[in-house]
Amino acid sequence: MESRSGRLAWLPHLILVAGLALVGFPIYVTFVGSTMTTPDILSGRMSLIPGGHFVENYLAALTQGMPQLSGVPVARLMANSLVMALSIALGKMLISFLSAYAIVFFRFPGRMVCFWMIFLTLMLPVEVRIVPTFQVTANLGLIDTYGGLAIPLIASATATLLFRQFFLTIPDELIEAARLDGAGPLRFLVDVLLPLSRTNLAALFVILFVYGWNQYLWPLLVTNTASMTTLVVGIKSMLTVDANTPWHLVMAMAILAMVPPAAVVLLMQRWFVKGLVDSEK
Amino acid sequence: MATVTLSAVTKSYAGNAVIHGIDCAIEDGEFVVIVGPSGCGKSTLLRMVAGLEAITGGTIAIGGRVVNRVEPKDRDIAMVFQNYALYPHMTVFQNMAYGLKIRGLGRDEIRARVDKAAEILQLGALLERTPRQLSGGQRQRVAMGRAIVREPQVFLFDEPLSNLDAKLRVQMRVEIKRLQQRLGTTSIYVTHDQTEAMTLADRLIVLNGGVAEQIGRPIELYERPASLFVAGFIGSPAMNFLDGVVGEGGGVTLAGGTPLAPLPHGAPVGAAVTVGIRPEHLVPTAEGEAAAHLHVEMVELLGADTIVYGSLGEGGPSLLLRLNGIAEIAAGARLPLGFPVEQLHLFDKTSGRRL
Repeated sequence: MESRSGRLAWLPHLILVAGLALVGFPIYVTFVGSTMTTPDILSGRMSLIPGGHFVENYLAALTQGMPQLSGVPVARLMANSLVMALSIALGKMLISFLSAYAIVFFRFPGRMVCFWMIFLTLMLPVEVRIVPTFQVTANLGLIDTYGGLAIPLIASATATLLFRQFFLTIPDELIEAARLDGAGPLRFLVDVLLPLSRTNLAALFVILFVYGWNQYLWPLLVTNTASMTTLVVGIKSMLTVDANTPWHLVMAMAILAMVPPAAVVLLMQRWFVKGLVDSEK
Repeated sequence: MATVTLSAVTKSYAGNAVIHGIDCAIEDGEFVVIVGPSGCGKSTLLRMVAGLEAITGGTIAIGGRVVNRVEPKDRDIAMVFQNYALYPHMTVFQNMAYGLKIRGLGRDEIRARVDKAAEILQLGALLERTPRQLSGGQRQRVAMGRAIVREPQVFLFDEPLSNLDAKLRVQMRVEIKRLQQRLGTTSIYVTHDQTEAMTLADRLIVLNGGVAEQIGRPIELYERPASLFVAGFIGSPAMNFLDGVVGEGGGVTLAGGTPLAPLPHGAPVGAAVTVGIRPEHLVPTAEGEAAAHLHVEMVELLGADTIVYGSLGEGGPSLLLRLNGIAEIAAGARLPLGFPVEQLHLFDKTSGRRL
């Protein structure tokens, strides 16, 4: 606020800086650790100035086969994470967009039953249904596949409800005008509904990508071989009980795991905020 | 161009009838206005013609073809909505071209039609803008442009001017009338505004509670309203209504005891009637010729007219009087009034029908 002047002007800044330092410091330490060697980190007096092994450590993490991961390099894990996060985000968007479209714009028997069934799944957290979901996934032979990683997480009540709320704000006259113009349901979906939903889609993509990328429990269960697991699970596998944990590489992996979600948020920030703030009607 | 024929059209929602059998033959090129208070079913009727509401009973024919089971897009109609219903993400050009594109018209043909409509509606400079960059009046014009480019048999207007401010409304009203005369397309127009109805219509349908009270030319409705409802609805300020009784020899006496000059009617002696007279037809007279006196309560000077509010005698039924020009009358004055026989309307008090 530019108009805020006088002696209290520094207070909000102080609070912001303090908050930033609180959140940012551990990340900074992780980054510093990723540029050192493990003995440096474990020496007990770790410097807060980045060391000289940045290129070396990251190159090693990305390309070298890790003994703790049965010789799989981190680049592979990143690719797995990316495939999973993208499949979950795009799959969720597609499914929830279409189901909200059906629920809002069509009158069919059992419409409200469908709606309430979707709504009810909101009340079941992942952990409650994880055992039966695993059973089904295993029976379908999806263990250690990208399908197994992504498909069970695609159905989304939250996204469906979000789209439903947005669709309900679309005036009836617009639908009728499209009908008079001769646009069938599919054309209306593609030519009118999709362009009008783009900010919502963008905001949802950001949220869902981060959600998918950060999954831990499910990938841990559904993957057995190291080459199919994700980066987030991989970090945990690197921490061995004996003293052989390569901390410099773990730190580098942690930083690598943070980069893609941060990039998605930053790149799509404008759309993301727009989608959350106004529904652009 | 086409005729539109409504035969015994009814509509009910879950057994509740909202339209009770409307019959009307709209001629080719005619401008028909459906007018009535909110909730009278006028929009429903229009939407049935458009195909947006199912027809419960009766038939609607456009150009001689019964369209009860025809999809809206195949009825060869175009509709202008109250809130314009423009596609917010498309430019003005795309908004107008969308329907033509779906119909599979060629690029050049679309361009030519949109350009022509844009020229008629003076939208040429706005074709690349999106609706949010337009004012209300401009959006309204785009909505009409979208209807024009289709070159439909019938235009349907659903209260298209009610979202505009008063000045723009008058201006657009004139534009719509001019446009319709130029294109000669059969038009059905729904409004609750009796001024819009009177000025635009070749013929009016006055709808009340899903029943057509009267169908006719605006002046017919003004001069010979068929019912109390039409009499009260058409004309502004609204018609004065006074209770009266038919006396011996057929003369009508007002409730306050004022006898009126004998006028032709078919009501029996002793029947309770409602006497209607428009504010502009009441005339101040010389003291000796007065049929009654108006006790003036308030005077509005509008410049072109003067509206006098008062009551017939102290505490009697209230009465409105409209005089041409500026008349200096003070509140509290006693104004001698005459009731010209030829301007009186007589209605049955119970049925509300004209006598």
